[in-house]
Amino acid sequence: MGKTIVEKIISGHVGEEVKAGDYCVVPVDMLMCHDATGPLAIKAFREFERERVWDPTKVAFVLDHATPSPNERISGLHDMLRSFAKEQGIRFFDVGEGICHQLMLEKGMVLPGDIALGTDSHTCTYGAVGAFSFGIGSTDASGVLLTGKLWLKVPQTMKIVVEKGLTRGVYPKDLMLHIIGILKSDGADYLCLEFTGSCIDDMSMGGRMTLCNMAIEAGAKGGIVPPDEKTLEWVRSRSSRFFTPKLSDADANFVDVLHIDAATLQPKVAFPHAVDNVHPVDEAIGIPVQQVFIGTCTNGRLEDLKEAESILRGRKVNDSVRLLLCPASREVMLEAAKQGIIASLVEAGATLIPPGCGPCPGTHLGVPGEGENVISTANRNFKGRMGNNKSNIYLASPATCAASAIEGRIADPRKYLD
Amino acid sequence: MSDLLLKGKAHKFGDDVNTDYIIAGKYTKTLNLSDLAAHLFEDIDPEFSKKLKGGDMVVAGRNFGCGSSREQAPIAIKESGVSAVLAKSFARIFFRNAINIGLPALVCDSDEIDDGDELEVDLESGFVLNISKDIKIPMEKMPDIMKAILKEGGLVPYLKKYGDFAAG
Repeated sequence: MGKTIVEKIISGHVGEEVKAGDYCVVPVDMLMCHDATGPLAIKAFREFERERVWDPTKVAFVLDHATPSPNERISGLHDMLRSFAKEQGIRFFDVGEGICHQLMLEKGMVLPGDIALGTDSHTCTYGAVGAFSFGIGSTDASGVLLTGKLWLKVPQTMKIVVEKGLTRGVYPKDLMLHIIGILKSDGADYLCLEFTGSCIDDMSMGGRMTLCNMAIEAGAKGGIVPPDEKTLEWVRSRSSRFFTPKLSDADANFVDVLHIDAATLQPKVAFPHAVDNVHPVDEAIGIPVQQVFIGTCTNGRLEDLKEAESILRGRKVNDSVRLLLCPASREVMLEAAKQGIIASLVEAGATLIPPGCGPCPGTHLGVPGEGENVISTANRNFKGRMGNNKSNIYLASPATCAASAIEGRIADPRKYLD
Repeated sequence: MSDLLLKGKAHKFGDDVNTDYIIAGKYTKTLNLSDLAAHLFEDIDPEFSKKLKGGDMVVAGRNFGCGSSREQAPIAIKESGVSAVLAKSFARIFFRNAINIGLPALVCDSDEIDDGDELEVDLESGFVLNISKDIKIPMEKMPDIMKAILKEGGLVPYLKKYGDFAAG
């Protein structure tokens, strides 16, 4: 019996052959902590009364969840991370650099075949480059800071085979919402999702990041795309570190296989208050929205901004709508500025907010009002997620969000693409 | 470690209770962890924290603790004085986080428990006793490593004692 990518990555790390269901202790290639969960990890690490972390070159700290700081208390937490990073020699990304997951990939800190962890559930995004990555809590992170290791159960893998191409106006976000609608919020509990098929082969690295990012919304431990030439070219342009890409064997044991014909999909919208409450856009058309948010670790990359701009260019955001635009990183913002994308979106009426998580986790910036509807490119629409439990959040692609910003109501983006 | 015999009243929830519902993101940016308790389950039941008595248990359906990796979720539950969380299934990260902070997260058929039932959990025997209904509900066996971590009261005391993961 062959092995899945994840079984191979873990076997390579522990130095013996392991299979799904085995428990093992793995060495970690990279650990990321951010401002919402990092302080607790430091607090726990201090309890070990150990001076140094196991390997500061394998740790990164990012300020992204509440940036720039909205208050004194959070400034204190930011400073705690800043000081600890300096003291330990940990790579640190301060306010305005961008969202942790975008930075980990963009800066070449996670490579194919790595085991990468982060104190954020969307750490599974790094599966896009063929790494086995997943979110952990702060105390688990403190254990990694101390030992460089984590115990885990080798997950089974579910293969998602996506064939044919997405049609015009339909994007990786729509595909992933469709998949979550099928699997539901716990359909992939404890599993790793492996995305393959001609649609994935043709998909950009950014699109693959969108898919892997939302694997957790079906309960998955991780998402992974088999690394191909595109992956290798992408990571080699960002890192000179040695890596060993892994691929699943043809006779690997998959717990399940889901086949999807991408050509049949239409734009999708997740209705409040659950990510798996997925409907075709037709069923959402006309629902009024007061706020539109384009950004996040799911859809704040250059291609997402371009996608929104292709619809908003030369048009105006509806008077009844606030359009918030938050590039995923400084690099994304700079490139979008150079290409005139930012200018075009701001001209249409977008409000630019600094790179980071923005309004998504509901700490500050863009908290919706009571009774308001928001359509967002984010990955979660739980009640209260954006800071107000009396507002409703719909999730969709950047294109659907852009079209909705024009109309002040949820709209099908395809009519703006002809 | 935490007591082997836990006793308290059940507070029943449904399926898919996510970590945003357990503790909203806006409250998580603090190291004053006792402050979290007042906001436990606030977005789904604003009065919840007032209904709790020390030792009470949170009982839920499938996929309890899905969503964010925020450890503030099990911390808020523990800081509220809840002695254990019982559910049909847990989301992976929450399950680890709870055990890592020494909060028993136990898998059992929660359909056998109604809101307000008096419960007794014997961590050693592996059974939940529903005193109100006079039934014994078996709990799913926890992986050995988690049992060892819970026995020490969490991952920090565990690693302080053993220095590494090698001890089972």
